[in-house]
Amino acid sequence: MNITRGFTGRPRAAREGLPPGQYDAGDDWPVLSAEVTPDLSAADWTFRVGGLVTAPRTWSWEEAHRLPAAAYEGDIHCVTGWSKFGVRFGGVSLDAFLDAAGPLPSATHAVAHAHTGYTANLPLADLTGGRAWIVWEYGGRPLTPEHGGPARLVVPHLYFWKSVKWIAGLELLDHDEPGFWERNGYHARGNPWQEQRYSGD
Amino acid sequence: MTETTFPSPARFAVPGRIAVSEQVAARWQTATITGIRRETPRAATFRLAVPEWAGHLPGQHLMLRLTAADGYTAQRHYSLASAPDDSGHIELTLDHVSGGEVSGWFHTVARPGDRVEVRGPLSGFFAWPGDRPALLLGAGSGVVPLMSMVRHHRARGLTVPLRLLVSARRPEELIYAREYGAETTPVFTRGAPEGTPVGRLSAAHLAPLLADPPPGGWEAYVCGSNSFAEHASKLLVAAGQPVDRIRIERFG
Repeated sequence: MNITRGFTGRPRAAREGLPPGQYDAGDDWPVLSAEVTPDLSAADWTFRVGGLVTAPRTWSWEEAHRLPAAAYEGDIHCVTGWSKFGVRFGGVSLDAFLDAAGPLPSATHAVAHAHTGYTANLPLADLTGGRAWIVWEYGGRPLTPEHGGPARLVVPHLYFWKSVKWIAGLELLDHDEPGFWERNGYHARGNPWQEQRYSGD
Repeated sequence: MTETTFPSPARFAVPGRIAVSEQVAARWQTATITGIRRETPRAATFRLAVPEWAGHLPGQHLMLRLTAADGYTAQRHYSLASAPDDSGHIELTLDHVSGGEVSGWFHTVARPGDRVEVRGPLSGFFAWPGDRPALLLGAGSGVVPLMSMVRHHRARGLTVPLRLLVSARRPEELIYAREYGAETTPVFTRGAPEGTPVGRLSAAHLAPLLADPPPGGWEAYVCGSNSFAEHASKLLVAAGQPVDRIRIERFG
């Protein structure tokens, strides 16, 4: 252990639910997108599930809203170090979209695409079983463009760069294919509890 | 199989990757503070000796870790301020963030000889290899990674065009004020010297640069708060800068 002279740090009231190396951002919700925030209207938004599925399918804004409403209430964790507690996102469970498209048995991974071209790769197992959502509300209000509105992916058990803003679709694959940050040195999976920040962690 | 079912509309796009060293910066290294320079009332530069530093590209950042006696650690990402060619040294310029446990330690406790840990360089997205014209827009301590680019441009005597527009509230809050040359235009939002206008970065600042871009066009790098990044990137798009050639790094 390399102790830093004179460093005491914050009081140790270690918050339950804070992954290693993270701090509580409190009321802040930093915006960290690397590209220009797109001017994307709900009418222009679509969400597609393709690749290794029995029935590739695209949903419009209205069609997506006809699926059963679902919400995520809990915490989110950003690789830059902040975590945010007790957020509420409203939308639809990703399972509803995947069930309609029917993943083939050979599908093991997915690349999530944004309408900007941003991508993130995820194991399919991280996207199913009630652990991922397509959301358009935050705290009961429409999701703002800076935070990925009109709609974004939310996969809260992984670092938040996986929760692709301005979500355009999922492409199911039989192998892992690195996305935008993953090609820039970030970890393929990004589990905050194992501190999988960078490639090799 | 590659199915191109996700066309990216031309009006939105994320820029491509910049090739950086494939060497994974997986290892924490000890860094020793060798000097501290005050830049503004809120910001100071910390010079660190990192004997096994693998080198970096201007614009890259690192992760820095402090460890308390009971094993508690705090880590933050900081942009590199120095140019790559600095013989085992790197420099960081840190704002004293109110209540910040890491920046607070640097500003109130740190002295030469103190040791911290660093891991990097990290990320190839906001890097500038010095190979393309660069239009740099920064505000506050968002100028730090851009200054690494300016210093690299100077140190290597590069001839590729580079321009910096740097926004600060007042002249006394302008980081690196004494180092700027003809490549830089400061913009003051709250108070300015006699004869210099006060106001935000505007379309008028960008128009001459984008009306007559260098061959191959500019690669734009924007760094600062989210509100500055939103403002500056919208100005760039409105002035005709291609959206896939705007790289943004936001504080957070």
